[in-house]
Amino acid sequence: MPARFLPYLMLLPATIFLLVFFVYPFIQIAILAVTQDGGFSLQPITTMATHWKFNAALGWTVLLAAVVVPLQLVMALSMATIVTKLKTGRSTILYIFSIPLGLSDLAAGIVWLAIFEQSGFLNSMLAGLGVIEQPILFLGYQNIWVIFLAVVLAELWRATAIVMVILVSGMGLIPKEYYEAGEVFGANGWQRFWRITLPLLRPSLQSALILRTLAAFEVFAVVTALGGTTLPVLMGETFNWQFAMQDRNVASAYALVILGISIAATLFFLRALRVPKGATI
Amino acid sequence: MAEIVIKNVAKRFGSFTALHSIDLTIADQEFMVLLGASGCGKTTLLRIIAGLETPSQGEVWIGGRRVDHLPPRERGIAMVFQNYAVFPHLTVFENIAFGLRMKKLPQAEVDARVNRTAELMHIEQLLRRYSGQLSGGQRQRVAVARALAMEPDVILMDEPLSNLDALLRLEMRAELKGVLANSKTTTIYVTHDQVEAMSLADRISVMNGGKIVQAASPVEVYRNPAARFVGSFIGNPPMNFLPANRSAAGQWSVAGLDVPGPAAGDALEFAIRPEDLTVAAEGFAATARVVEPLGAHTLVTAEVGGQMFRAVLDSDLKVSPGDELRLSPKADRIRWFNRETGLAAG
Repeated sequence: MPARFLPYLMLLPATIFLLVFFVYPFIQIAILAVTQDGGFSLQPITTMATHWKFNAALGWTVLLAAVVVPLQLVMALSMATIVTKLKTGRSTILYIFSIPLGLSDLAAGIVWLAIFEQSGFLNSMLAGLGVIEQPILFLGYQNIWVIFLAVVLAELWRATAIVMVILVSGMGLIPKEYYEAGEVFGANGWQRFWRITLPLLRPSLQSALILRTLAAFEVFAVVTALGGTTLPVLMGETFNWQFAMQDRNVASAYALVILGISIAATLFFLRALRVPKGATI
Repeated sequence: MAEIVIKNVAKRFGSFTALHSIDLTIADQEFMVLLGASGCGKTTLLRIIAGLETPSQGEVWIGGRRVDHLPPRERGIAMVFQNYAVFPHLTVFENIAFGLRMKKLPQAEVDARVNRTAELMHIEQLLRRYSGQLSGGQRQRVAVARALAMEPDVILMDEPLSNLDALLRLEMRAELKGVLANSKTTTIYVTHDQVEAMSLADRISVMNGGKIVQAASPVEVYRNPAARFVGSFIGNPPMNFLPANRSAAGQWSVAGLDVPGPAAGDALEFAIRPEDLTVAAEGFAATARVVEPLGAHTLVTAEVGGQMFRAVLDSDLKVSPGDELRLSPKADRIRWFNRETGLAAG
């Protein structure tokens, strides 16, 4: 057999795996979303879209992503810039920054619940300092914005490191000479960052943003741990329809919505951070 | 006016001393080449002048202004890097315009300068391309154009031709010389290639072990090396050296030959360039070992007094390995070095 077929042959198992376990279920879900009582129907989609929680879930999910991802990007860029400039202790710092990556999102939600709940660390601390007389119910259903804030904090704490790790490796690929040329030709620190680092980091930014945005659209365990169903999100609704309401068709419709906005976001980042031909490092 | 004065500059990296107390003055509009083998400190010195490296001690003055505490962008310099450092994310136009944009020059001025320097470097047809679509030689041209567009007082060049292939290097060398002579800038050019140094420089600073051994015109450096190192480093093939022992006042015995030399000293080294030897009735007794006819002349590697000795002889001369020759040094081209210090004597 010619050697040029060998790479394709070696990719075959992975391709079959993806076809069987991803593409096939995806088609199943797409069919489920437009099926009612064994026949074609748009009823599941109508049920989903007209349910009072749908707009809230979509809105909160998008808002969470819109707040969390840019904040993570800015934080990760700052952290990566600092880490890249370190001469010693660089890997130690990277390990410490990466600790939350080892936690599942549910565990992260529980950690932050332990801080915010009525008998949590925050209340104990405030009581200990004499600031409050009795514990405050931070995560109550009247305080939806506090729940939102707690979710944002937990997400930042949990998932900024992955963005940073991707950006650190991307920054490592930028040769030092470009910065020196920037310095010689008149660019100050900020200008070097905007005009050299950021444009040359586009491929890494692209990967990090796609990865993080997709994960943000799928946010679930952290929200459930901190707010139950008070703060509805798309993934939570999918879960509810599937298991609480026992309606697989509507759950599938939700899954399709998540897929749709994920594809839209991916296309957006592929477009916005495209590197022209011949303009790579 | 941009005279560069380097006063007592040293650079230490931990316990390693890259530069020992350098003093050097480069005149306005002079083309100074820093020449030396890798690790001699020439690039470190250039980077200190550029401001990319901080000296451990000493002062750097450019155009009458002390600059050693200023960042590179405030020194009035432009630089051409060894790997060109042409920004991959910008078009050739924007690369050349980079420094001008930082200076916030008006668009018309940017256009004019980019077009003029691009034309000078013959890259006007490449202005809309990205660096990834250029050859090494074209990238080199962009790097030079970017420096020239700044109209700087000083251009620093760090081995700018070392990544080009031989033929292109020759072509770029001649072109650079012309372009830089017209630009009226002070140029400091780092290279390890002695031919490049000789052909470009007004003055060459030969560096070795973090020190400047000699700073003089190319011909002076070639003819009158200030130290044995310079003679052995410059010239291809390099100078020949033979130990000399005093036989009488002003007379030295060199490989069995009596040669008049300096009056002072008692342990010297006799030195002569290979092309300053002729075959004659009187001279060093030599046994030819390798004969290389090179067309214009013939390079003969012989043995004199048990030492390797090279002579560049007329190509009409018939010599074969094993032949006995008499090689006579031209009296006015003989140089003497102190055997202890390696410095020129007499």
